[in-house]
Amino acid sequence: MPDKIKNKILVIFAHPALHKSRINIKLRRAIADLNGITFRDMYEIYPDFLINVEEEQRLLLEHDIIVLQHPFYWYSSPAIIKEWIDLVLEYGFAYGNEGTALKGKSMMTAITAGGSEDSYKPDGVHYYNVRDFLRTFERTAALCNMTYLPPFVVHPTSELESAEDISVYGDLYKKVMTMLRDTEIDFDAMNKFKYINDYILDQYKSWSV
Amino acid sequence: MDNFLFQAFIYLVAAVISVPIAKRLGLGSVLGYLFAGIIIGPFVFRFVGMESESVLHFAEFGVVMMLFLIGLELRPELLWRLRGPILGLGGLQVTVTTAVIFLIGYLLGFSWKISLAIGLILALSSTAIVLQILNEKSLIKTEGGQSSFSVLLFQDIAMIPILAVLPLLATRMPAAGVFKQTEAIHIGFTIEALPGWQQAIIVVLVIAAIIVAGRFLVRYVFRFIAETRIKEIFTAFALLLVIGIALAMQIVGLSAALGTFIAGVVLADNEYRHELETDIEPFKGLLLGLFFISIGASIDFSLFLKNLYIIVALVLGLIAVKMVILFVLGYGFRMRRSQNYLFTFALAQGGEFAFVLFSFATQYSVIPSPIADTLILVVVLSMALTPILMIFNEKLLQPRFSSLDQRPESDTIDEHNPVIIAGFGRFGQIVGRLLHANNIGTTILDSKPSQIDMVRRFGYKVFYGDASRLDLLYSAGAGEAKLFILAIDDKEKSIEIAQTVQKHFPNLEIIARSFDRRHSYELMNVGVKVIQRETFNSALELGVSALKILGFHAYQAHRAGLTFKHHDEKTLVDLRELWGDDEAFLTQTRLRNQDLLELLKGDEVDREENTDHSWERPDTS
Repeated sequence: MPDKIKNKILVIFAHPALHKSRINIKLRRAIADLNGITFRDMYEIYPDFLINVEEEQRLLLEHDIIVLQHPFYWYSSPAIIKEWIDLVLEYGFAYGNEGTALKGKSMMTAITAGGSEDSYKPDGVHYYNVRDFLRTFERTAALCNMTYLPPFVVHPTSELESAEDISVYGDLYKKVMTMLRDTEIDFDAMNKFKYINDYILDQYKSWSV
Repeated sequence: MDNFLFQAFIYLVAAVISVPIAKRLGLGSVLGYLFAGIIIGPFVFRFVGMESESVLHFAEFGVVMMLFLIGLELRPELLWRLRGPILGLGGLQVTVTTAVIFLIGYLLGFSWKISLAIGLILALSSTAIVLQILNEKSLIKTEGGQSSFSVLLFQDIAMIPILAVLPLLATRMPAAGVFKQTEAIHIGFTIEALPGWQQAIIVVLVIAAIIVAGRFLVRYVFRFIAETRIKEIFTAFALLLVIGIALAMQIVGLSAALGTFIAGVVLADNEYRHELETDIEPFKGLLLGLFFISIGASIDFSLFLKNLYIIVALVLGLIAVKMVILFVLGYGFRMRRSQNYLFTFALAQGGEFAFVLFSFATQYSVIPSPIADTLILVVVLSMALTPILMIFNEKLLQPRFSSLDQRPESDTIDEHNPVIIAGFGRFGQIVGRLLHANNIGTTILDSKPSQIDMVRRFGYKVFYGDASRLDLLYSAGAGEAKLFILAIDDKEKSIEIAQTVQKHFPNLEIIARSFDRRHSYELMNVGVKVIQRETFNSALELGVSALKILGFHAYQAHRAGLTFKHHDEKTLVDLRELWGDDEAFLTQTRLRNQDLLELLKGDEVDREENTDHSWERPDTS
């Protein structure tokens, strides 16, 4: 089995009120125990926000794909993800002349959004699409010489009522993660899609939501 | 004296040998005791003779104590909720069984007076045997267990009118003063000489006094005694309480068991409840054991063999009649099938009250002596068969029902909390308040009476007791709890408690307050994983305030405090191995302090030495 793993994945997970989460908790359950995936619940590890920079950098070096998984709060991430970016992606480590530690790795965002896909359009309430809002993360990856993969997006969460609907997304997320783990990243092919959800559905045409 | 010691020796040897064997064989302790009684009794080894009857009367006090303990577990609200089953189920069981046995007796050709007396006496079941078995099998909280308990309670109350009715059935009056008392312990005076209405007033007054005293007065006496910190006096007071109530009940002519039961219910809310339980429990256990042994020893095998067929027929008949009535009643009261079987099999025997009532009835010549002797034997045998019937029910009938059906009702005696806090002083209170604010149930133990009194005023329920005592831990629910918070302010005691808990409740996680480094290491050595030094966090906070006053930006001071905290906590664990080796420990500590200095420098502004690049590029800003 281990020789199948092409990419080791580090999931930086943040949800400040996990007991209220419906979807993120299911997504988490679907992938947290997979082989080759290191799952880090940041609010569990650093409830006081005092991030251990050394440890986080060591983990970054050990993995090939970094996934930031969180709810899509105010068009962005919960605070601890920002804190992690601020402190861990240090000058001289992640960026700057000698900051090449992350070169060649990939970054992906996995979010649960509050509004439907239609609401993230010029004529919708949010005006811009999700990819527009994720620009900061896309540029952060680029500055660190990482490729930024299309995001995994679940929306609209408020209308996902039944447990079956949610578990469909859990299965989909698991497919994405195992694909990223076990195959060579075909960046160009993926980038044709807005979301990695669509790419994976395209890959598994027979499999439907 | 020699004779007494020898007797005690025989009883104890019989119990110590037979009960563990019976338990190992899955037969339960009651059968073990009964068997021990048969073995040492007059018909096998003859170690004990006819005096076992007086032992039996003495041992009946175990039943009184058992009712007291059951009362302690039963809050008044719960008892009130049981009023339906007690009056309805209990009332019907007694009247219907009496009527049916009366009819059978009458049809067999006995006079109506004899038939009625026998009916009344045989309608009662054995509180001692049934409750002991239900407790042992943890069935007392199930629907069937609660129903059985309700019926037994009604029977206890029914004793009073039955005692009143029996003399009316008398064919001739007994010699004066032959049998004034229903219990073996004789006391100097009774209120029987008074007119009926005065008796009634006195009875009501005594019960009211028990309730009022239990509710308002006893707490202060407990406190006064607990403050002396002499354990045996507390135990003595607990016994005094039970015996005193039993005596008062006898004077007014009520069942002692009923009186102590009421006292127990009144004290169920008391903060000294756990301590009372643990003090009375061993006495109750031994006396009940003695009681069961005496029952075993009193089985009259010569009479049994002489009338073998008749007696076997009577025993089986009694059990069958009772079972049919119980089953129909259970069905009528809509018990679930599995619970109804439990109820039916539990109560299908004669009770220990029958011994007293039969001799009472012979004294008044209601029942001729040979018939009474035969029936006493029938009752004893039916009691001895009860554990076997219960095993039959448990092993052969209950497995047919799904586990869902056997699940205990949620409305049962269950107030064991997930968290136990030992020590509720300045430290434990903060922990307790936080948990309380988050709706987490805590059972609180403290050994300072003044403390308990103070905290009670704030609405917390605190139990008095020394948390290093294993029996107290059991009754506080350590067997079921998830977490044990060790917050007492006594180093040695703290280690001792941690060891006891680790040893006897390996699944109960302990988190502890420690005094200093040394105490922390001692706690680690006995296996405690989460330890908080009592002054560490508050001192740290004060240090952070100092930094702020000295001009640090609040957030910088906050981070400096956190960095210090994590570093120190890690060092504490890392240096554990070196504790005791002073030289190495000091060297390492000095090195660590150097590390910390480096670490903290990172948050300072001096760019030359900056080792922490948090948020800033070193060459900008």
